Amino acid sequence: MATVEMSFTPLPAHVRTARLVATAVARRSGVDEALLDEVRLAVGEACSRAVEAHQEHCPGEPVQVALTGAGGRFEVVVTDHVAAPNGTPAAAGQPGGAAGREGQPGGAGPAGPLPVVPSELGLAVIEGLADDVEIARTKAGVIIRMSWPSADPDLAPPGERA
Amino acid sequence: MDLKLDHHSKDGIEVVDVEGEIDVYTAPRLRELLIELVNLGHYQLVVNMEKVEFLDSTGLGVLVGGLKRVRAHDGSLDLVCTQERILKIFRITGLTKVFGIHDSVDEAIAARKSEK
Repeated sequence: MATVEMSFTPLPAHVRTARLVATAVARRSGVDEALLDEVRLAVGEACSRAVEAHQEHCPGEPVQVALTGAGGRFEVVVTDHVAAPNGTPAAAGQPGGAAGREGQPGGAGPAGPLPVVPSELGLAVIEGLADDVEIARTKAGVIIRMSWPSADPDLAPPGERA
Repeated sequence: MDLKLDHHSKDGIEVVDVEGEIDVYTAPRLRELLIELVNLGHYQLVVNMEKVEFLDSTGLGVLVGGLKRVRAHDGSLDLVCTQERILKIFRITGLTKVFGIHDSVDEAIAARKSEK
């Protein structure tokens, strides 16, 4: 199946669009229906992370998403272009979105200590969802590659074909 | 519709009804509502997520932040959710151990009342 590529302005409003497109391509690629929610969530997490990183460091640069269904795998690659001035990749100001800003411990309460929400919660969620995940931190930015098993789309029931 | 929010009082507990998708774009609205409710003196909250179609880590952070705020006033924030696809992210992150998650608003209210 041909690769579908998206490039979008790093705005939170566009993350949903990326989720919808990725889910549609995943379904078309033959990813099992039971896994589509995982695809949607993982792609959303990766794109959210990239959007927040871009908004902080390079708001004029688009976030890129590549979707490929081939060889029994559906692969999603989310690329951000956030590089620190010294050439090393810069972490997003608050990776994991509000989880990093909101969920920090603030003392004890009646039920004991408050939960510590890691700033990289989004990445932890991705790693818990995707069948195969690679996170590459390059000088040009961060590349998140994740994939799921897919069936041959030509073998899908006629009703599911485009 | 991305996110629809409503709230009402029941048995002295403020119930927040959430419908739609909670993500990086819509989560700030939920955050603002939770802050507003706490500022108004509502420290016992139940967030009804039965009509939530999507929840990501940004949404989780908002819920944890809400929990933190009410606990600062010896309050509580419980959730209502029976959807497995939403519960999954709570399990992956271990937050099922943090939040009281119930099958209905009545059950959540009853559980909170019984602890008093």
